[in-house]
Amino acid sequence: MSKPILTVKQLTKRYGSNTIFEKIDLTVNEGDTIVIIGPSGTGKSTLLRCLNLLTKPDGGQIWLDQQEITVKGTDEDRVRQHIGMVFQNFLLFNHLTALENVKLGLVRVKHMPEKAAEQKAMEELTRVGLADRAGHYPGQLSGGQQQRVGIARALAMDPRVMLFDEPTSALDPELIGEVLEVMRKLALDGMTMVVVTHEMGFAREVADRIVFMERGKIVEEGSPDALFYHPKYERTREFLWKITELYGKKEAQS
Amino acid sequence: MEWLQLLQRFLSDFLRGAGVTLELTSVGLALGFALGLFLALVKIYAPRWLSGFATAYIEIFRGTPLLVQLFLIYYGLPSLGVTLSQTLSAYLALGLNSAAYQAEYLRGAIQAIGPSQMMAGRSIGLSRWQTIRHVILPQALRLALPSWSNEPISLLKTTAVVFLIAVQDLMAKAKRAATVTYNPIASYLAVAVVYLLMVFVLNLLLKWLERKSKIPGFEIDVKRV
Amino acid sequence: MPGAGIPFHPTSVSAEYGDQQPVDFSRFIQYIASGTAYTFGVMLIALPSGLLIGLVLAFAAVYGGKLAGKVLDLVSTVLRGIPPIVLLFILYFVMSGTINLSPFWAGSISLGIISSAYQMEIFRGAILSVSGEQMMASRAIGMSKMQAIRYVVLPQMIRLAIPSWSNEAAIVIKDSSLVYAIGVPEILRRAQLISASTHQPFLAYITAALIYFVLVFVTNRLLGRVERKLTIPVNP
Repeated sequence: MSKPILTVKQLTKRYGSNTIFEKIDLTVNEGDTIVIIGPSGTGKSTLLRCLNLLTKPDGGQIWLDQQEITVKGTDEDRVRQHIGMVFQNFLLFNHLTALENVKLGLVRVKHMPEKAAEQKAMEELTRVGLADRAGHYPGQLSGGQQQRVGIARALAMDPRVMLFDEPTSALDPELIGEVLEVMRKLALDGMTMVVVTHEMGFAREVADRIVFMERGKIVEEGSPDALFYHPKYERTREFLWKITELYGKKEAQS
Repeated sequence: MEWLQLLQRFLSDFLRGAGVTLELTSVGLALGFALGLFLALVKIYAPRWLSGFATAYIEIFRGTPLLVQLFLIYYGLPSLGVTLSQTLSAYLALGLNSAAYQAEYLRGAIQAIGPSQMMAGRSIGLSRWQTIRHVILPQALRLALPSWSNEPISLLKTTAVVFLIAVQDLMAKAKRAATVTYNPIASYLAVAVVYLLMVFVLNLLLKWLERKSKIPGFEIDVKRV
Repeated sequence: MPGAGIPFHPTSVSAEYGDQQPVDFSRFIQYIASGTAYTFGVMLIALPSGLLIGLVLAFAAVYGGKLAGKVLDLVSTVLRGIPPIVLLFILYFVMSGTINLSPFWAGSISLGIISSAYQMEIFRGAILSVSGEQMMASRAIGMSKMQAIRYVVLPQMIRLAIPSWSNEAAIVIKDSSLVYAIGVPEILRRAQLISASTHQPFLAYITAALIYFVLVFVTNRLLGRVERKLTIPVNP
């Protein structure tokens, strides 16, 4: 039986008089890969950033492994050790090599001894296929390589769940594949993942559940087959097939 | 040219004076950096009521002449019970003054690096302070270097006024030479040349520092960020 | 005249103010504030002259050909590599020796010359930020170089230069305190004279600092308003 790793109840976020999203409910079970899709600006990224408390929600609750993390007095830094995040713009630490990027959290947060940290960091870099670039600086790596380092950096902390915020949106087309491949393998290995993306091929192939968000509300959610072939709402069908047209070429190839 | 002869005649004197000038510059720069960094961090990360003090400090010290600050410390403080030697007054005035300017250079760089790198650091569980220390500052200091480099040079030139409270820097030596030779123009021309040389060498040093601290592949466009 | 005959020691205050205790605050502040006239004077001579010279030299440096550019580069580097007070002394002694100018005029003009070097760099940077394509577009519709500079480059360059120029204006106001050293009875000099006779140095110099602060503050505000007025609306 799959236990819920992340439970979200009635989550709300406002910026001034704008409501970004309201009363969102979401359950993420162990091993699930949830893909969130929807038009730009509908609060998907903000929602993701609330999940690891980088952004404070204005209402609602979040539980990580049955512990409420939105309650007052929570040690947020500790919480973030257990939730990994991968950013659209990679956000690697520019002044550190790839290896040092992955190592930093291990040394400073988990207080691992140098040798052990270095070993673990190399393992993670190997896992994403970048062992040979360990000594390179972010400025010397391609976009796809940088993002893979970003994934390794998050994985090194052994998180319970990985959050991906449009991980391939800033990449040149030919570099997208290598990142999606790493993500696919992660999902197959059983990692619990929440992914915000426009990559429909990935969503169809890898997601256990797709969540369609628009204007700050969840319109529909269900298995890929359900949403693509038997969507309950016209809007869902519209959006999915328009996006698929846009990415049509990749669909044919994948 | 007369100034050249004068320079040769007073060379050891001028060199000693130049040494004092460099000392004043170094101490002022170091003090200014420590305090300036503190002010920049307070201004960016501290709550409103606290950062207001930092802003006030910066406005005041950048809004008044160094000479006035110097006189205030050396001539004014004694009437409040705090008497400092000429040299100490000079160090203090230069340091407090430089801090205000350095704070602005550093603040700009930290803010340019800040938000996204802060997010990245915190996403792996680093605390705010850890992120500032291990992620933001290493990058911000390097980013600030080109514009910050103006400050050591500016400070070197600024130290010249401390001769007015009888600190024996290069300018004081020039004044002495002028008194002895009755040739003020040649005297001040001679030290002008020495100052130029010092600025030139300092410039080379700063350029070298910039090259040495470059992060491979990382050319950040401040405007873009 | 002896080489270093610059008065540093307070002399004639007592005649004007008298050695009174306790301090008569209004006359105290009045005395120091009257130095503001001199500070203003210095500023009103130094800034505009620096502006004029700096502007002309900046255009000469950018559009005047390679040789002019190199020479002006050298001049600018030298003028900006020497402490202002050293230059002030040199120029003061040269001017008062040859033309027999008063310390006030010699000092103001000297500060103007010094400032022109910094202003030249400011304007040069601003021109270069505009120039390239704008010049190309202007010539493409048949304008001469002069016309292009006058109608296209100059207007845009002014807007770009204002922030740095405000900074320079503040510096000139603060540097005007340097003429203290050549005996001009401006704010700082007066503060010193009165602190000697009233034994209230802290108060005297705080007052001087306050007056300078107000001058710099007001100037910055005014220039900020000018900048806002000249801003070209950009639709987000």
